[in-house]
Formats: sequence, C-alpha cells, structure tokens
Amino acid sequence: MEKVYSRTTGIREDMVNGFCPGCMHSTIIKLIGEVLDEMDIMDKAVGVLGIGCCGLHMEYMTYDNTTAPHGRACAVATGIKRANPDSLVYTYQGDGDFASIGLGESVSAANRGENITVIFVNNGIYGMTGGQMAPTTLFGMKASTAPKGRIAEEHGYPMHMCEILNQLTAPAYLERTSCNTPANVMKTKKAIRKAFENQLNGKGFSMVEIISNCPTNWGVEPLDSLTFIEEKMLPEYPLGVIRDK
Amino acid sequence: METNLCVAGFGGQGVMTLGKFLAEATCDSTDKNVTFFPSYGAEQRGGTANCFVVISDEMVGAPLGDVMDDLIVMNEPSLDRFIGTLKEGGTLFVNSSIVKGEITRKDAKVVSAPVTELALELGNAKVLNVIMLGIYIGYTEVVSLEVVWGTIEHKLGKKPKLLPLNKEAFEKGLAIGRSQR
Amino acid sequence: MARVFMKGCEAIAEAAVRAGCRFFAGYPITPQNEIPEYFARRMPEVGGIFVQGESEVASINMVYGAGSTGTRSMTSSSSCGISLKSEGISYCASARIPMVFANISRGGPGVGSIHPAQQDYLQATKASGNGGFEMLVFAPSTVQEAIDMTYNAFEYAQRDRNPVLILCDGVIGTMMEPVKLPEMKTDEEVAAFKEGNKEWACIGHGKDVKRSWIEPGHWRGQEDANIEAAAMYETWDKDVQVEEYLVEDAQIVIAAYGISARVAKSAIDILRKEGIKVGLIRPITVHPFPYHSFEKLDYSRVKAILDVEMSIPAQLIYDVKLGVNNRCPIETCLRSGGQIMSRDAVLDAVRKLNEK
Repeated sequence: MEKVYSRTTGIREDMVNGFCPGCMHSTIIKLIGEVLDEMDIMDKAVGVLGIGCCGLHMEYMTYDNTTAPHGRACAVATGIKRANPDSLVYTYQGDGDFASIGLGESVSAANRGENITVIFVNNGIYGMTGGQMAPTTLFGMKASTAPKGRIAEEHGYPMHMCEILNQLTAPAYLERTSCNTPANVMKTKKAIRKAFENQLNGKGFSMVEIISNCPTNWGVEPLDSLTFIEEKMLPEYPLGVIRDK
Repeated sequence: METNLCVAGFGGQGVMTLGKFLAEATCDSTDKNVTFFPSYGAEQRGGTANCFVVISDEMVGAPLGDVMDDLIVMNEPSLDRFIGTLKEGGTLFVNSSIVKGEITRKDAKVVSAPVTELALELGNAKVLNVIMLGIYIGYTEVVSLEVVWGTIEHKLGKKPKLLPLNKEAFEKGLAIGRSQR
Repeated sequence: MARVFMKGCEAIAEAAVRAGCRFFAGYPITPQNEIPEYFARRMPEVGGIFVQGESEVASINMVYGAGSTGTRSMTSSSSCGISLKSEGISYCASARIPMVFANISRGGPGVGSIHPAQQDYLQATKASGNGGFEMLVFAPSTVQEAIDMTYNAFEYAQRDRNPVLILCDGVIGTMMEPVKLPEMKTDEEVAAFKEGNKEWACIGHGKDVKRSWIEPGHWRGQEDANIEAAAMYETWDKDVQVEEYLVEDAQIVIAAYGISARVAKSAIDILRKEGIKVGLIRPITVHPFPYHSFEKLDYSRVKAILDVEMSIPAQLIYDVKLGVNNRCPIETCLRSGGQIMSRDAVLDAVRKLNEK
C-alpha cells in the first residue's frame, strides 16, 4: 500500500502539544517539519525561535534550535548563517518579536539580503504575555493594553511588514499566506518550501508572513477565529506573493 | 631618562601624525620604551587635537605626563592651555604663523617658525606638521633624522607622489631647528 | 620577534585574529572604532567574517549566533554600548556560548564622555546583565597585556563555554606602544577549534545524532543550570591573577587596576626614592578578584590603603573593602569624566597619607 501521509520527523513523538486549542502554531511548525523532511534537509536545519509563544515548541523539535532574545532572531540567524553557511537557518517569530521590538533587526537583515528565511506568524496580538496590543493589531480590536480597541490617533496604524520590506531592494521573496483553510495551509507549505529553496540557492532574504489566530486572547472559539481571519484580518492583510525575484 | 612631549593644535593640522611619526621612529630604531597617546575633541574637523609622546629608558608609567619637557603648539588656544605644563627651562616649539601672542614664560627656550606660511610656500598647507617635525628633530636630535625620515617614507609608501614634497618640508624644518639650537 | 608599534584597539583585534577568532560583529562608538575597522580589513585576509551590525544589540546577538556554531567569535564596544549588549551577554552566559568581548571604557553614566574612564567596574565584575551570571574579567594596563589577555581569553571562553570580558580603559585602547604579537593559529588549528565544538554547536545535526539545543533559558531546569554554572565559577580561584609591587615592607598600599595602576606604579618609584614605603596591589583579573592579596597583608605594618581609580564614586573600593575587612583605613584618589589619572595626584595623595 502506498504511504500518503506520515508524521514529520521534525517533532518528537513523545511530546504533547503545548499550544492552546485551535492555535495555528501547531499547524505551521508541522508544515516546517514536513518541508524539511520532503527536502531531506533536517540534518542541516537550524531554527532560531523568537520569544513568546513562538518558543513554546523548542522542547519537542528534533532538530537544532536556539532561542534569540526578544526581537533579535534575525541578528542571531545572521551570526549562525555567516559563521556556518552550510546550515539552513530560519527564524520563527511572532508580530511583537518581528515587527515591534525587533523591527531594527528585521529590516536590517532584510536590507542586507541575509541568506536566511523568516517565518513571521502574525496574529495581531501578544499571546504568551496575555493579549496586549501588537503593531499588527487591527482597528477596533481590543487588547489588554488597549481596552477600548486600537485607535489610529493614539496607537497608529496596523503595520504591513511584507509591504514595508518590499520597499527594500535586497529581499528575494516576500509572500503573505494564512492557515485558515485547507487550501491556504497547502499554499503556506508551498511558500515555506520556496523560501527554503531560495536559501539553498543562495538567493538571499525570504519571508513568509502567515496570518494566524489566537482564540485565547481574541476571546473567540477556534472555529470563529477562522471567520475572524477571513472577515477582518485578510481585508487588512491581503494574501499573495508581494516579491519574487 | 624620560622625555615627555606634548603636541597640540587644531584638528586637521596633522598634530597626531607628527607625534605618531616620532613615536614610531623611536620604536623602530631604538630599544627605548615609547608611548603615543592621542586626545581628540568629538569633532572630526576643527576641534582641538593634542597628543602626548613619552620616550623613556624605563617602563613608561603615565602615557600622559603632568610635566612636559617639550611642547609643540600649532595654534593660540593650545599655547594658553598647555604652557603651564612645560617644565622649568623646557623647550617650546611655536607655529608663529598663528601664535602671535607674547610668550610669557621667560624661562622657556623658544624655537619658533611660521610653519603655516612655509608650508604654503612649498605649495601645500598640509605639510606644516612635517616641517615642524623636522624642526623638532633638528633641534633636539631625540631620534636620528634618518630614522624619522625612514618612518615618513614608509608611511607614505602608498602615495609616492607626495614623497618629494614631504622630503623638502622635512629638510626645511631640520635646517630651521639646527639653526636655532 | 621584532616589536611593532600598535594602538591598543588594533592590537586587541590582531591578537583575536591570531587566537583563531573568525567572526566579529560590532557597531561604531568612540573610543573603540579601531577594533571593528581593523577587523573589517583583516577578516577577509584570514577567511573570517566581519559584520557591522545595525546596533550594539544586533552585534552581540550576531556573536551569540556565530558563537552557537562553535566559531571563535568576538564583539567590542564602549561603556554605554556595553550596556546595550548586556542582554545578549546574559543570553550567552545562560546558553554557555564561548565568546570574547572588550569594553574600551569611556566616561559615564549615560552617554558620558568619549574620553577614557574606569567607570564600569561594578557593571563588569558584578552584573553585566540580568540573572547573576559571572565571567572572567581581565584588566590590562599595557598594550602588550591587552594583546596577551585577548589571545588567552579565547582559551578561557572555550574551556568554560562562557563569555570572557577584556575590561580595557580608553587610555590603553587608544594609546600606542611597542608590542610583540603572539603566534598566529594555523588554519588547521582554527578548523579544529570549530570541529571540537561540533557536539553542542547549533549547525544542523544528522538524524541519528543528538540535536543541538542552545538554551538561553531553562524552563524545566533553571535551578539545575544555575547550580552547574555556580559550580563552574567556584573553580576560578586558580585563575586569579594579581601583581604585587613592593608590597613586602609597604606601609601604604595602593589598590589600582588598568591605566591607574600603571600611573600609580610610576609614582611609587618616585616615592620610594623619597623613602616612603609604598607598594601596589594590581588586580589583573578584576573578576575573580584577588581578595587574598589584601587579606594576607600585615596590618600591624600597613597604615592605610589608597584606592586609585578613574571613577567617581569609587567602585573598585568595594572589593578592596572586602579584602581589608576594616583592618586599616582606605582612602581614595579619584578622577572621572574623561580626566586621566595623573602621577602628581597619586604622589600628593600618598605623601599626605604618609604624613598622617
């Protein structure tokens, strides 16, 4: 019988999921593991995990990883990749990590065209610390530090990282995807694979921004979070390839 | 035996280069201990610049001494600032093109030359420091002139076009220094 | 080997290259700019990597990354820039990443002044970041010492898998003097250093090999990790280095490190000729601190300790106090804010003490 699906070797079998019910982190790290399996590069892979929920799976990854200080993943990845160019180095960062505290490191690494891959998980809120406002929080979306919801005059506007990085000359590949439907999950996997292939081919900086959810801090049921993505997040953060050179 | 020298002027007058040439020549040609310590303002141009060279038979303690045996001043503010550090009977080398005020220290030996004008006469204002270095060497002979010239030659190795001008400047200084001995 | 005339900062960089350092990331700040500038020229010649980071914060994190691959790595900065690096230094200590960094210190607090100072003693020796980690901290008082310490620092960092700090005041960093350079590690040796770290290095591991997990935090076992680190710090007594100069019969003992110790030493030679019995205890490692040198003094003879440093308020004095333990008075001779310690100031302070 032909085997059509098997569990990725990138995740330990004896560990249970540490994420909240319905959280898309589980899906995304599974996709990364599957891509590494399919490309047969698990033995080259180095994950640089951001601070926050992004780091929750460090215990059950089966391949090399480190955790960067909050926001510094792109700098740490720069050091690893430059010192050991044979490694496949990716960062795994949330919106607070990549777009707020780490904005300088993120934009600078992209501008240098570092030959690394960024997996940027954007759910518009701080997860682990308890639902504080992120740079990507939508207008009207309530956060524990913006109890009346985001207001432009006070908090500024949701940040569009793909579009911001698209102002730079160096990046090779920028795509925004989501995991809210099976079709989008497949597109996300394809995008991750493309970003890894770019790195192996020495094309430079690639980023996949994945519009994700946070049922716990959004205060909605997991299924309703998918509707929220469709109706609220995607109009603000339209999916698609922004740069592919 | 320890000699403390302070070289002071505007940033851009080649004050650091003068001190460094002398210190490096000492390192290359003698067994003496020698230190070079620069002190800059935050400005890249036009601020104050001064450096300290200590040449000693013993281990150099402070690379910035309290009392100077010799003092080279390239401008007026440097004279005002450092004249108090010159030892009793010490030697003061003055760029008389810029320093017009009276030298109040009557105990000091004064060697003066209008090095800014002399440099302009040679066709390049930048070589005023090489003229002054020549004067200092010609007067003190603290290091042999061949060694100092060798250091300059080495440092200018990448810009051989500048060598004849610098040679002329250095020799002009040497002559002035010797004549005032 | 012939002596060469080198600036402290450049000498530190060349010593690092010769010790096998093949990754440097840094950010401009006076008075240490000659270190990154030197590496920018030198690294391509030896197949090493130089990166100008977008900030001090990024630079230390690049070193955290490069060090995680087992590559001998270094960064440098000055005072306020070191503060910015402190988070990353703490991460390196927690994750047990070997790396070397230099603080060419300037005036402080805040942006301070660009001129030399010794205002970072407590930060360097007690808390270079959060979490109570410790590091070997070396304080050179000559350019030659800065070279030798940097060269050896990579061995200590490797031995302990821990950061090592060269605490170098701006005088030593910016002055030039004749030095002899250590031997250049061969390409084979440099490759062997990295190969030797392969077991834990974060470079990608084969499927059947244990993964590398660089942990800057230990969720399930932080206490165990702290106990292990503390046990390692306990082994450092053997690494204490100190210079004791004319202490045997001294009635006044100067405590000073770095450039201040060098200035003080030259003052001692003058004072001895005047018949004043004065000596010097110079910590070469400021952490671990040579408490024993102060503990073993004969306090029936020693009338006073003079703490000489370029810091106001005094900082070294806290460690000196621990060693002296109230057995004699401790006076101070201090400069700050970019003012260099002068020999005259030390002479005056000792003469006054002697008259008491």
